Amino acid sequence: MTMSFRKKIIFYVLLSVSALILFAPTIMAVVMSLMTSQDILTGSAPSRLILDNFIQTFEHFPLLQFLLNSFIVSIVITIGQILLSSLAAYAFVFLEFKGREFLFYLFIATMMVPFEASVIPNFHTIRDIGWIDTYQGLTIPFFATAFGAFLLRQNFKQIPKELREASQIAGMGHFKFYLTVVMPVAKSSLVTLGIYGFLTSWNMYLWPLLSTTNDSVRTVQIGLKQLQSQEQLNQWGVMMAGAVIVIIPTLILLFLGQKKLQKGLTEGALK
Amino acid sequence: MSQVELIELSKSYEKQKDILKAINLFIKEGEFFVLVGPSGSGKSTLLRMIAGLEEISGGILKINNELVNHLPPKDRNLSMVFQNYALYPHLTVEQNILFGLKAKKVGKQEQQRRLKEAAEMVGLTELLKRKPRELSGGQRQRVALARSIVSHAPLCLMDEPLSNLDAKLRSNMRVQIRRLQKRLGFTTIYVTHDQVEAMTMGDRIMVLNDGKIQQVGRPITLYNEPANLFVASFIGSPKMNIGKAHFLAKHKRLTVENELSITVDPSIARGLPLDRPLTIGIRAEHLLPGTTENTTHYLEVVNVEQLGNETSIAFDVGTELWTAKWPGQWPIQVGQKVPVHLSSEHLLFFDSETGSLIQSASQAKKQEVLVI
Repeated sequence: MTMSFRKKIIFYVLLSVSALILFAPTIMAVVMSLMTSQDILTGSAPSRLILDNFIQTFEHFPLLQFLLNSFIVSIVITIGQILLSSLAAYAFVFLEFKGREFLFYLFIATMMVPFEASVIPNFHTIRDIGWIDTYQGLTIPFFATAFGAFLLRQNFKQIPKELREASQIAGMGHFKFYLTVVMPVAKSSLVTLGIYGFLTSWNMYLWPLLSTTNDSVRTVQIGLKQLQSQEQLNQWGVMMAGAVIVIIPTLILLFLGQKKLQKGLTEGALK
Repeated sequence: MSQVELIELSKSYEKQKDILKAINLFIKEGEFFVLVGPSGSGKSTLLRMIAGLEEISGGILKINNELVNHLPPKDRNLSMVFQNYALYPHLTVEQNILFGLKAKKVGKQEQQRRLKEAAEMVGLTELLKRKPRELSGGQRQRVALARSIVSHAPLCLMDEPLSNLDAKLRSNMRVQIRRLQKRLGFTTIYVTHDQVEAMTMGDRIMVLNDGKIQQVGRPITLYNEPANLFVASFIGSPKMNIGKAHFLAKHKRLTVENELSITVDPSIARGLPLDRPLTIGIRAEHLLPGTTENTTHYLEVVNVEQLGNETSIAFDVGTELWTAKWPGQWPIQVGQKVPVHLSSEHLLFFDSETGSLIQSASQAKKQEVLVI
């Protein structure tokens, strides 16, 4: 792109300022996690940078356990979502049955129901089955996502019908076609959905808070909150250290998958 | 090799009635049978019904004398080549070719043997490890063919397999497919909207329009004796010249489009009905250049196309645009009046109301007899 030098400078200044504003909380968290609590409370600039906060986080509370729980919960939800969404999307695209369109729009309509509205009935169900404080209680309510089914349906629709017909002639059933053709062909969308699902479940707060009563299966987000209230005097440095550790997996995933994520979400928008 | 029989086969959708109406057809073993028609004529639907991809609304479909109306595609023992080739984008050429065999649980050694054979036949041996997106259109087409070859199915269905290729490649592939079919001997049903493909490839052709059979027959028969005006104008390039005509029996004269007056040979005049409106047709190559002795008319030229080996000249005749195809190169200018020789022995006569053929050109018939 050609742009005059002056214009370029203005653009870059504006971009830098807005990036700084957006990123400020994160920067603060990182800096605070390296400061002594004295510096933090007096509000002065850091006199020296230390790693004590990180060591304390691991010593004072079961961060590793929380991290492990978070990983288990996120991965299980991700796999469950991919599996159920792709099966639903397959049915919406490749099976012909009466009322398919209607059912699909009904499906999509559930996207408009906010998660908070379904929390109470979900909680009742989980409690009645006795799944409080279990991994299945934390994960299974999130397996079915209208968004996932929608995303994959749009992607599956781009698979030419002839591929299905060719495999029909070759004598291949629906399930085998789904496994050997549809899933590999739609790989990039599956990755997108996977990353998206992982990030949302990693950052989940309300549901783990409701459906857990002790540390055994609690996720890291709840753990962070606990850090705040456990001590009388808030140890901001330790908390921030915890927060920094928690965002590391998300950041790694984002850096690795950003291209894929963008590609997958906008796929089919053009063409 | 399979034979296919269609008895009163019909197709209707909920919203659209009579896509196909009472199709009766018998396709012999080892025949290269072409279904041709304009888009929307129902030819692809018919093919898909034979494949089992589309439900049969009425009538009977038999393959090798067995009723197959409700058999799933895989049990009909056939292979199919699609217009967009239907290659699996995530598999290599080799995996694509062997895809069907794996599903049918053919032994590993047999798979490799057939793969080698088919790849050699269509010239893909060098490309087996490539993905479909790394291939050109013609190469993809050959993969689709190879997939059909390895299945060893006695019946092969092709749905406009060449329509995505450029003209040069298309004529090359026409020859290849035809040779392959003759060599392996499988029965082929080939759908196309291109009448050149139909003429050059088919042992027999069926012309379909609006879900109805217009004519079934050998390519030359369709060219020389089209059953009706639709077939007459559909088969042949450029299309047959057509004009409304009056026949005056008393003077043995025919007036075409109120412009041209043609003397009709008595032997031809005998077969013509006196009380019906006629439409005549004449092929472009039969609108001959007039010499000093035999010039019958002078026509004004409205367009000239120099093709090198021949010259295509267009005339206005009444409301119709007629074309003549003269061998060689003719230095003719637009607007010039040129002498032509128009003889009644080249004329085809159709009933204007029903469109059906009354009498075909007597000249063409004579030639046919000579050849046989």
